[in-house]
Amino acid sequence: MGARPRLPAARAPTETEDATPAPHIRFLAFVKDDCETCHLVAPALRFIAAEGGSLAVHWQDDGAFLGAGLATVDDTELEHSFRYGVETVPTLLRLEDGAETGRAEGWSKEDWRALTGLGALGAALPAHRPGCGSRSLEPGVPEALQARFGERRIRARRIETAPYADPVEVCYDRGWTDGLPVVPPTPERVLRMLAGTRRDAGDVIGRIPPALAPCTVEKAAINAVLAGCRPEYLPVVIGALEAALDPGFTLHGVTCSTCFSSPVVVVNGPVAKRIGMNAGINALGQGNRANGTIGRALNLIVRNVGGGRPGEIDRAALGGPGKYTFCFAEDETDPEWEPLSVSRGATPGRSAVTLFAGDGLQGVTDRKARTAEELTRSLAMALQAVGHPKLCEWAPALLVVAPEHYGIYRKAGWGRGRIVAALHEALLRPAEKVAQGAGGVAEGMPRPQRTGEKARDHASQRRAGAEVRRNGPQRRTDVGGDGRNPPLVPKFHPEGLSLVRAGGDAGMYSAVLAGWPGGGAYKESHPVTREIEE
Amino acid sequence: MTHVPVMLHDPTHEAAPATRARLAAPATLDDKTVALFDIGKSRAGEFLDYLERALHDQDVRTRRFAKPTNAKPATPAILGDIAEHADVVVEGLAD
Repeated sequence: MGARPRLPAARAPTETEDATPAPHIRFLAFVKDDCETCHLVAPALRFIAAEGGSLAVHWQDDGAFLGAGLATVDDTELEHSFRYGVETVPTLLRLEDGAETGRAEGWSKEDWRALTGLGALGAALPAHRPGCGSRSLEPGVPEALQARFGERRIRARRIETAPYADPVEVCYDRGWTDGLPVVPPTPERVLRMLAGTRRDAGDVIGRIPPALAPCTVEKAAINAVLAGCRPEYLPVVIGALEAALDPGFTLHGVTCSTCFSSPVVVVNGPVAKRIGMNAGINALGQGNRANGTIGRALNLIVRNVGGGRPGEIDRAALGGPGKYTFCFAEDETDPEWEPLSVSRGATPGRSAVTLFAGDGLQGVTDRKARTAEELTRSLAMALQAVGHPKLCEWAPALLVVAPEHYGIYRKAGWGRGRIVAALHEALLRPAEKVAQGAGGVAEGMPRPQRTGEKARDHASQRRAGAEVRRNGPQRRTDVGGDGRNPPLVPKFHPEGLSLVRAGGDAGMYSAVLAGWPGGGAYKESHPVTREIEE
Repeated sequence: MTHVPVMLHDPTHEAAPATRARLAAPATLDDKTVALFDIGKSRAGEFLDYLERALHDQDVRTRRFAKPTNAKPATPAILGDIAEHADVVVEGLAD
């Protein structure tokens, strides 16, 4: 067998030589040494050349096995194989006036005779032998050939590195990275990435703040390459980007804020399993490519297309590790659990992303709780810290419930709705306790109005709890006033507390992700869920 | 490290931002209106109140403007309003 061919180099398409065969050529054949059937048909090729008219045989690796007496073409660059769309070797093409009028793939005596009109062709050969795959279809090669010889499909500016430059360092020098090395976005990689979506590369997904620059599918794909995504992740990246661009998510504010937050991407539905996302052990940590790179791609798009760079218009005082990436899938192994996406309006069974502007996580350890009520009170204590223990209806929260904690709720028959309602109820705080200045802490809520307040007894407060379960938390400035039953304020906006299931089986943990306050107005800034266009 | 050039595709928006020269600061605030722009941060009002009193003590005319929320950029309508009715702007940016 011959030496492996020299595959096309990862460089820009060049003005290639005219690959059109001369008009007198009637047949083209494509073969490779590393193919038994190609060796088998060598006598037939010589027969065609002698009896059927001019033939040019293109060899993809080593043409020595063809012997003398044939007009051969070195196609180790695979340009001709690419241009003629050769998928199998041997392939025989018939030309008329330079245009293809028929082809036969592999060896079929009947087909080759019909194609050539030579009734005695391959008399000594078997009736049929399957061919082998063309080298032009080996992994990674189609994209390389498309980049080199195909129509120019990528519109983004091309940047040629210096001959001795390390492309990874070039990406650093140009400011394209988040501080970690990126995958250099070569034409082959970008084309391969674009194959992950049916959307046109030129489609504009939206304008990315803060620069409000248009982001095409192609630009998203280039940044997905940088992030290390596989092509099948691209629809999730695009879905996450579309969610981030919903005005309700306020990506501009999240990016430019002095706070800690960054987009937290939660993936639901069949796509999560299909692309191998992690919803189990260490779901919020490292080690899973899809989790790590999808979130990173979104942040790189904000950086590179939107111009959201730290220290410039990204004014985060401390930032957070989520500004690199924060993405995971929800554990949907329990069919009785309503997925986060469905609870937020997505169609059951459809893949979807939910974007939450969140800080890093605050772990909650409770190893003693055995009842749903105990656990609820315990988790509520941890949730009080979101934003600040004395700030209410300020920032949203995403509570990640790991399996052992969820098992307590499941045993009690509590689903998402009941857990959330119970948490809201447990989070009601006396207004006096969270008022500005209370407890010697200046931060807090504006002091409640005394005028018009009515006293309520404990029974009425229990009724208030029941209302919370029915209608969500409401500010209760109409209760209290007697010092014993003070007005109660909810910790979160009625929709400001979200639950998601994730994590490994062992460990009685949950985690609180504090959200970006968005000016303290939930309607101005809130999580966004969007179904993924696959 | 490779010894052949590598072609890369630009991941950025590829646009050069339009830059406009900042107007020269006025030599005096006489007959000028100072916009006091509250972007919605929690204590911006305190700062702007203080500044407003200080400016009024010097007989400088002021006018208050505000964004509805600090979560979103100022709308063109708000910016146009400021441009139409004021000569200089002070923003209350931080907490």
